[in-house]
Amino acid sequence: MAITLTQTAANRVEKFLANRGKGIGLRLGVKTTGCSGMAYTLEFVDDMHPEDMAFESRGVKVIVDPKSLAYIDGTELDFTKEGLNEGFKFNNPNVKDECGCGESFTV
Amino acid sequence: MALLQISEPGQSTAPHQHKLAVGIDLGTTNSLVASVRSGLSSVLIDDDGHALLPSVVRYMPDGSIDVGYNAQTAQSLDPINTIVSAKRFMGRGLKDIDVSQQPYKFVDSNEMLQIETRAGIKSPVEISAEILKTLKARAEKSLGGELVGAVITVPAYFDDAQRQATKDAARLAGLNVLRLLNEPTAAAVAYGLDTGVEGTYVIYDLGGGTFDISILKLSKGVFEVLATNGDSALGGDDFDRRIFCWILEQSKCKPVNAQDTRLLLTKAREAKEWLTDHATAQITSVLSTGEVINMTLATKQFNEFTQTLVAKTLSPTKKALRDAELTIEDIKGVVMVGGATRMPQIRLAVADFFKRTPLTNLDPDKVVALGAAIQANTLVGNKSDADLLLLDVIPLSLGLETMGGLVEKIIPRNSTLPIARAQEFTTFKDGQTAMSIHVLQGERELVTNCRSLARFELRGIPPMVAGAARIRVTFTVDADGLLSVSARETTTNIEANIVVKPSYGLSEEQILSMLKSSFSEAENDKNARLLAEAKVDAESLLAAIQAALEQDGGLLSSKEKQQIKAKMDALRANIGGNPRPHLADAIREATEALNTATEEFAAKRMDASVNRALAGKELNTLDI
Repeated sequence: MAITLTQTAANRVEKFLANRGKGIGLRLGVKTTGCSGMAYTLEFVDDMHPEDMAFESRGVKVIVDPKSLAYIDGTELDFTKEGLNEGFKFNNPNVKDECGCGESFTV
Repeated sequence: MALLQISEPGQSTAPHQHKLAVGIDLGTTNSLVASVRSGLSSVLIDDDGHALLPSVVRYMPDGSIDVGYNAQTAQSLDPINTIVSAKRFMGRGLKDIDVSQQPYKFVDSNEMLQIETRAGIKSPVEISAEILKTLKARAEKSLGGELVGAVITVPAYFDDAQRQATKDAARLAGLNVLRLLNEPTAAAVAYGLDTGVEGTYVIYDLGGGTFDISILKLSKGVFEVLATNGDSALGGDDFDRRIFCWILEQSKCKPVNAQDTRLLLTKAREAKEWLTDHATAQITSVLSTGEVINMTLATKQFNEFTQTLVAKTLSPTKKALRDAELTIEDIKGVVMVGGATRMPQIRLAVADFFKRTPLTNLDPDKVVALGAAIQANTLVGNKSDADLLLLDVIPLSLGLETMGGLVEKIIPRNSTLPIARAQEFTTFKDGQTAMSIHVLQGERELVTNCRSLARFELRGIPPMVAGAARIRVTFTVDADGLLSVSARETTTNIEANIVVKPSYGLSEEQILSMLKSSFSEAENDKNARLLAEAKVDAESLLAAIQAALEQDGGLLSSKEKQQIKAKMDALRANIGGNPRPHLADAIREATEALNTATEEFAAKRMDASVNRALAGKELNTLDI
């Protein structure tokens, strides 16, 4: 059971955390919404909840709640550029189907 | 695949509902757009990697509109149709500007200045809207979605008419304006001063062609503009010109032609930028006369002959301090804005004057846009409530005309929005039954020195002796800065009111008709896409046929070859043709014609390849 970051993603997260000036890590999660069932969430973390699971990948603390983990276990988070757009991308092995835009998915 | 950004804890949005917001620095010389992604404010670049967009709009002969670098390059070729520094004309009438210094054909209609171009008569609002449209498109491409809104920055000294004109331009560009923010305030926000210690700050903004000094006071999350001053004809370009003159002096050149002037000015700018972190700069160039320029400019010399320019920025600075009744001991920090503040002699002079090191760690070209983006991000609710929200203030006092052409101020400048203030007035003559109310904006005492915003009349006052009627005038400014004025005679309760649209702004009908005409642009956009698609199809067909001719050209008689080649040439001519209506159709037709002309060739190739495949094989070995 693990969530990992690519080196590019880890560098970015560290940069964003440093710029923000506070926060202990990065929270990955899923929300039940969106055009094909579930959607990813990505947030800074200031406080951990007691039930949270924590991982360490390339020096970044990754925090996931156990419910979300079931859907995203094994995910590798990447940071990519697509044309002028840039941002984080979930490479989630559990995904069966994505909506056209990739913002939501089903497992 | 949509790309995600990191949100604040608990602020994740549902898919397709990201609250994308940008900050836009709509500058006189250059404009920029920035956005906060994963908590970090950054400037968005275009496809070529440029952060700056020159604020130049060119109306092209074919009806299209060029914005940015291309338009800037064409400036000297097509001066009448290439509008630079439209910001200087925003919300201005012909009487406000020096027409003789401008190459444009001005038209004065409804008091609002307009410019005649080959695309028709354009107002500065429409011209600025083109710049905003370009930035909006860049932002939507970079952020991967539609914008919820934008914060646009304006100079602190902009009056209501100029602010309204900026808002109108944004509306024409299809942007939702979250707020107009003063440029110096945006710079202060970029440096995080709004969350820092309360105190008084100086923003020193030396751009390409303008110099602005602003003194801001931060108290309880509100930036008040205590004083502004500056020089609208002083900027980094003047330093280039000094180097240019020095080159001419040193090389004892005769006056040079326009082309060489441009060349040498570019060399001068490069030398100036080089001297920012080098002790000497080499200037080499070959003029159109064949004359060779090769000289070395040392920092010391550069500092000497630009000393007067540096000093010229300090006298408005002193004036602003005097206006605000402050001394340098009262200043908590100095923020440097504008590309020209990279010059070490400027930084030194400012540090020397204020006896403190100015803030320079953010890119001075980008700092205003970065601050605007931070404000936009907060306004659309991407940050937690704990963060303070900057409030807007009235930039210039609002008042009305009283007897003798004097202005009575009702709402003083720097009042925070929203606000309502009332004051009582009375009649001047016995039996006076009507009262004319003239709404003005400005700091001066005389009506003639302030800007007129609106006039309306309160009628039906019962005849009374002079001074007996009691007329209560209420000024209300809502959170968006929109002013409404009402007047009520308190004994009879008769009332009149007006919502003030600055007289230099555009009327609602004008805006609507401009918006309508911008919808017709949708048709143009569609045509542009059809054209691009037709070209791609045509080019791939041409490439395929070219390859086929090289491979199997032997199958054709020379006459057949010529026919195909003729159709190919016809298609190529269409692809390379000047943009015109129905060009996409013409390309499609030529593509179709080429397709038909090559049908027989295709059949022959098919036969030939079947023959090749079958050659030397027994019928029974074929897997049929």
